[in-house]
Amino acid sequence: MRTTIVSLLAVVAGMIAGAILMLLTGKNPIDGFSFLFLGGLKTIDRIGDTLATATPLIFTGLSVAFAFRTGLFNIGTPGQMLIGGLSATAIGLTFDLPSVIILPLMIIAGFLGGALWAFIPGLLKAKFNVHEVVSTIMMNWIAYWTVNYTVPLYFKGEYLETESRKLPADATLRTDWLSDLFNGSYVNYGLVLAIIATIIIAFILNKTTLGYELKAVGFNKFAAEYAGMKVNRNVILSMLIAGGLAGLAGVVQYAGNSDVIQIGVMPSQGFDGIAVALLGANSPIGVFFAAIFFGILYSGTGFMTAMTKIPPEIANSIIAIIIYFAATSILFEKLVSKYLKGREEKKLSKQSSVKGGEQ
Amino acid sequence: MDYVVEMLNIRKEFPGIVANDDVTLTLKKGEIHALLGENGAGKSTLMSILFGMYQPERGVIKVNGKEVKISNPNVANDLGIGMVHQHFKLVDTFTVTENIVLGMEPKRGLVLDIQSASKRIEELSKKYGLNVDPYAKIEDISVGMQQRVEIMKTLYRNADVLIFDEPTAVLTPMEIEELMKIMKNLTNEGKSIILITHKLKEIKAVADRCTVLRRGKYIGTVNVKEVDEAKLAEMMVGRHVSFKVEKEKSKPGNVVLSLKSLNVKNVKKVLAVKDFSLDVHAGEIVGIAGVDGNGQSELVEAITGLTKVESGTILLNGEDITNLPIRKRIEKGVGHIPEDRQKRGLVLDYNLAENMILETYYHEPFAKRGLLNREAIKSYAEKIIESFDVRSGEGANSKTRSLSGGNQQKAIIGREMELNPDLLIAVQPTRGLDVGSIEYIHKRLVEHRDSGKAVLLISLELDEVLQLSDRIAIINNGELVGIVNSEETNENEVGLMMAGVGKEERE
Repeated sequence: MRTTIVSLLAVVAGMIAGAILMLLTGKNPIDGFSFLFLGGLKTIDRIGDTLATATPLIFTGLSVAFAFRTGLFNIGTPGQMLIGGLSATAIGLTFDLPSVIILPLMIIAGFLGGALWAFIPGLLKAKFNVHEVVSTIMMNWIAYWTVNYTVPLYFKGEYLETESRKLPADATLRTDWLSDLFNGSYVNYGLVLAIIATIIIAFILNKTTLGYELKAVGFNKFAAEYAGMKVNRNVILSMLIAGGLAGLAGVVQYAGNSDVIQIGVMPSQGFDGIAVALLGANSPIGVFFAAIFFGILYSGTGFMTAMTKIPPEIANSIIAIIIYFAATSILFEKLVSKYLKGREEKKLSKQSSVKGGEQ
Repeated sequence: MDYVVEMLNIRKEFPGIVANDDVTLTLKKGEIHALLGENGAGKSTLMSILFGMYQPERGVIKVNGKEVKISNPNVANDLGIGMVHQHFKLVDTFTVTENIVLGMEPKRGLVLDIQSASKRIEELSKKYGLNVDPYAKIEDISVGMQQRVEIMKTLYRNADVLIFDEPTAVLTPMEIEELMKIMKNLTNEGKSIILITHKLKEIKAVADRCTVLRRGKYIGTVNVKEVDEAKLAEMMVGRHVSFKVEKEKSKPGNVVLSLKSLNVKNVKKVLAVKDFSLDVHAGEIVGIAGVDGNGQSELVEAITGLTKVESGTILLNGEDITNLPIRKRIEKGVGHIPEDRQKRGLVLDYNLAENMILETYYHEPFAKRGLLNREAIKSYAEKIIESFDVRSGEGANSKTRSLSGGNQQKAIIGREMELNPDLLIAVQPTRGLDVGSIEYIHKRLVEHRDSGKAVLLISLELDEVLQLSDRIAIINNGELVGIVNSEETNENEVGLMMAGVGKEERE
């Protein structure tokens, strides 16, 4: 409840700052925002595109949030995403199998690829206390160059040197009924996967002994150790799951939203996951809605620019400012708790005056 | 009558709890005024209000007869009110002088003028008998000296009213005596002191007057000379309190814990426990007496599995547990009330219910096939909360961080006792607790013994070790100096042995 208010306040503050920016550049902010949101939500196909844009962000956001709850800062999401995408693409391009078999295989491969990429930093942290921020960043570049090397060598596209061959239709998450439902949008099964993942992660964190243990390690590893929990095992396990989630982001991006994987691109959805997790206050449900909000902004930007001549940088600035406010949420939290306290006190004084009357 | 500080009819509420309800405290010039109350009685809240960290909902504060509004600690500083915190706020790698001037550094042009500050500190040190070396680094000086640095900080800022927040909790008996002397010096020089404590002995020793709080309510203010400890205890707890531990003679049974030539290294890779052998039987309490830092912590960590053993064996009920993981030891019946409750004992960001199952969350009834059973967890926690009188704002749902230190401790003790372990290792179990809680916990430890279990008690309070233990093992520099029966010994003998003088040498 409280964190929701804080996140919403961050969004509002970010939009006000964006409005000021628009005013400063001599544009009408009401127009700007209405086109920004219309661009993301105006028609059924635009809504579909917004959801599709949000899908990989849901996964990377979940990845960062999950690791964070165990006290780990996973900024290796771009690399894990690349490896996840590469693994899925490799399966999809190598085997010629019907959808029902190839898709689950690709999803599993994507999860395992991302998990492997996060396992290494997890292991280094557990065994040698290497800080995961450093090791995951390095893993990002290893992933980047791995894709650079592997794709042209084994999966080279027909015309372009810089991307892989197209995945056959059976080996992507695209599906006619979803596209038709959203009037030809490129929304795909990835969204369904993301919803399932959100529910599973929320379930793990809140209802299971595994989640209890992981959070205990995140909050206070000394107490966790005292209580007989295996701290190192939990660190590795948490990184595995976080990496797997980022790997799935790669699957939905490269075998759903797109059907090729490019070289020389560090996917921006990776780092955006950090912002999504921040705005979503590290709760799975929060992450889900934060990602959709980011999806609206990203897919509405083009429409806003086309209709109003407001530069696309404004939308990016709004996103940046929102992240800023979400990161400094302590400020809003103080405001909110002050307000809540004020209300509580009023209630209390009312109650005590009522009691006084009884006596 | 001229009062330096008057706090009149103060009221302060927190969600679910009234921390101060119509509390009045007046401080005369040059007196030591004790503020007495159980854990969670509202002492710290009242002083935080005086120091500007909280705002009262009702009530008036006067300083030197003038009504004031203390909106933050800087205002308190300006009014001449200084606080000596229980947990020191010092930078370890800075010198004493650097720590004292922090926040109001004297400058000559652009350059820090440490010299003149050091000089002033030396003068103050002489005047009040504080004996601090302005050039020493904090990490190199004793806890007692660190506390004197905290006192110096307030004096350097020209404080006339000093608030001491449970100052003796971290000190050795000798340091306590020294502190009392310093407090007397300060009042002789015209300073006024508020002493927050729940140790009656100290109040009798130094305080002039004493204000008592109970559950946030003002009970009264008395002249210390006119009352005895029993009366103070009764005012504080609200009933008669017995200071003596009532217990029958022990009936030792089988050996539960057996340590054989144990060697353990500390974090600095130096042998901290040397060739230590000890048996603890069912139905007895064995106390370990020693000056802080003589290997007690390492010994406990070795038995509980938090530290690896260099050599030697640990037997529990005859079974070798030397190399078993921590969880296995807990399952086999080792309970542990840890030394540092906030670092080891609790996950402060979990609520109370979640903390009550920290070691048992994975088995029934708390979990089934990996799924937590919130209902079972909550009712289990409520049982512990009730039987150990853990006071909090929102019961089992309270954030553990929001509990007072004493209630956190009671929660841990409740959790460990509820496991009914064959061997209960209690490290400083009553540290920071008030007499009422101490009485209760001592009673529970004796009951645990009487139910045929073994208790290993590690405490820095010699009184506690002497009263509670059936046998006392004295440790010095990691070595076992000797074992004595508590009925046949006294404070002097144990004290000498703690200093490393063996029994044979004295005879």
